[in-house]
Amino acid sequence: MISAILEYQFMRHAMITCLLSGITCGIIGVIIIEKKLIMMSGGIAHTAFGGVGLGYLLGFEPIIGAFIFSVLSSLGIGFVKRRGGARTDVIIGLLWSFGMACGVFFIGLKKGLTPDIGSYLFGNILSVLKTDIYLMIALTILVVFAVTALYSHWKSYLFDQEFATVSGINTTFLEYFLLVLIAMTVVVLIRSVGIILVMALLTAPAATASLFTKKLKSRILVAIFFSLIFSFIGLWLSYSFDIASGASIVFVSAVTYMVILVINTYLKKRREIFRGRKNVGY
Amino acid sequence: MVKNSETIVSIKNLSVYYEQITALYRVNLEVKSGEYLGIIGPNGGGKSTLLKAILGLVPTSEGDISIFGSTVGKSRELTGYVPQITFVDKRFPITLFEVVLSGCLAPKLSFFTAHKKQDKQYAHMLIEKVGLTALADRQISQLSSGEFQRMLIARALAGKPKLLLLDEPTASVDAASRDSIFMLLEELNREMTIILVTHDLLAVSSQVKTLACLNKKLIYHGGPEIDENIVNNLYGCPVDLIAHGVPHRVLKEHSSNNDEGGFE
Repeated sequence: MISAILEYQFMRHAMITCLLSGITCGIIGVIIIEKKLIMMSGGIAHTAFGGVGLGYLLGFEPIIGAFIFSVLSSLGIGFVKRRGGARTDVIIGLLWSFGMACGVFFIGLKKGLTPDIGSYLFGNILSVLKTDIYLMIALTILVVFAVTALYSHWKSYLFDQEFATVSGINTTFLEYFLLVLIAMTVVVLIRSVGIILVMALLTAPAATASLFTKKLKSRILVAIFFSLIFSFIGLWLSYSFDIASGASIVFVSAVTYMVILVINTYLKKRREIFRGRKNVGY
Repeated sequence: MVKNSETIVSIKNLSVYYEQITALYRVNLEVKSGEYLGIIGPNGGGKSTLLKAILGLVPTSEGDISIFGSTVGKSRELTGYVPQITFVDKRFPITLFEVVLSGCLAPKLSFFTAHKKQDKQYAHMLIEKVGLTALADRQISQLSSGEFQRMLIARALAGKPKLLLLDEPTASVDAASRDSIFMLLEELNREMTIILVTHDLLAVSSQVKTLACLNKKLIYHGGPEIDENIVNNLYGCPVDLIAHGVPHRVLKEHSSNNDEGGFE
């Protein structure tokens, strides 16, 4: 694989994509788990498919369409969440399917050759274009900057939103901003794992990290580390066995998380029993 | 002790409706500087709603609230808030010290704001004040309810408030912790005005200077001695007030209890 990286441009693009998606989903993954926004992220991701379809129909880059649709849906969900009028989960469920339906609808309207939808749904890291890379770099820099620059405020907001509001922090802004950041992350991840499989890469590395560390900052760093590992192993599998990259990355992420979870639970129990016996004096 | 009787919170004709449900109906309440007010009432009686309305967390349907002479939300630096511990995520990866320090955070969103040295010192001082120095670096998931509650009080104090609002500070806390929390609040009352919401009628009435009884409407507001009539009005049925077996000043002798001037 290493010789392939040196030799082929598409492999270099794939490596860069892995790197960028690893960084963004490590950061945002930890945040959405702590803020319990996993389902909302799923909704935002699936709406992006509508944008992909519109891009095909009107002849602009589908990834730009995905970006516009996911940002708009995140703002819409945020608005409903804040203003009420309907239940948030209803809106998420509806947008989830509606976005997918829009995509299929728009692609159906376009006469002629059906484009390769699969690469957007399940990711095709080996076909990443230069324009995709530029967009992903810009979004990754934005996400990293936004989270690190306002880190103390994010922490206060994530831990106790009500208190943050009472102490005068503009939580309305932070809430919308976070949803937009999630939308950006989704767009970065579409090329590597695809719309349908985004959720696994958002949750698995962060959840794995939560088993190892109890500090928010180190949890983010460990989550980045894991998502990089998962992405690179997934890329290698995808290249070696010619499988859709999304499937192989998600496969590695989910299996690793579950194995570590089982081992961790077992060890914890052992430790508890050991400690308990020691306390009694055996 | 603060002697001047400047009005800090003034609530006029406040009503809050959640869709079809009335949470508060035409409540009038004034809180003076240095007061230690306990708000009691049954579950669903609107106690927390009143507190949240004062904090600007729930939209009011009718009426006015002014705090320190300005509208809600304008004087946030002057108010400290201690939420119910059940509403705070205990599994969040954060230490006790970091929680208290987060109370020192300047509200304005600005890039790369690191906590200043004096903020950290102040946070340590507050942790000492609530008696948790030994636990400063502990994860909040490993704190007991009483320790957690005192941590939240320290966080609220970090903003140097003049008015402290507490929502059920002694719920799900053991008796020893409850006593230490009340001792702490009594001490704090020398420097600031305190409003406390609780359903624990007996515990609070022996501590506070004034009581407000709330069941959608404000049923009583005055000194901490209330009679059976008020309690019946408040809970809709007679409640055994002497359940704890400790003589309290909640109930006066029946013979001396003919005036009902406490009603508003």
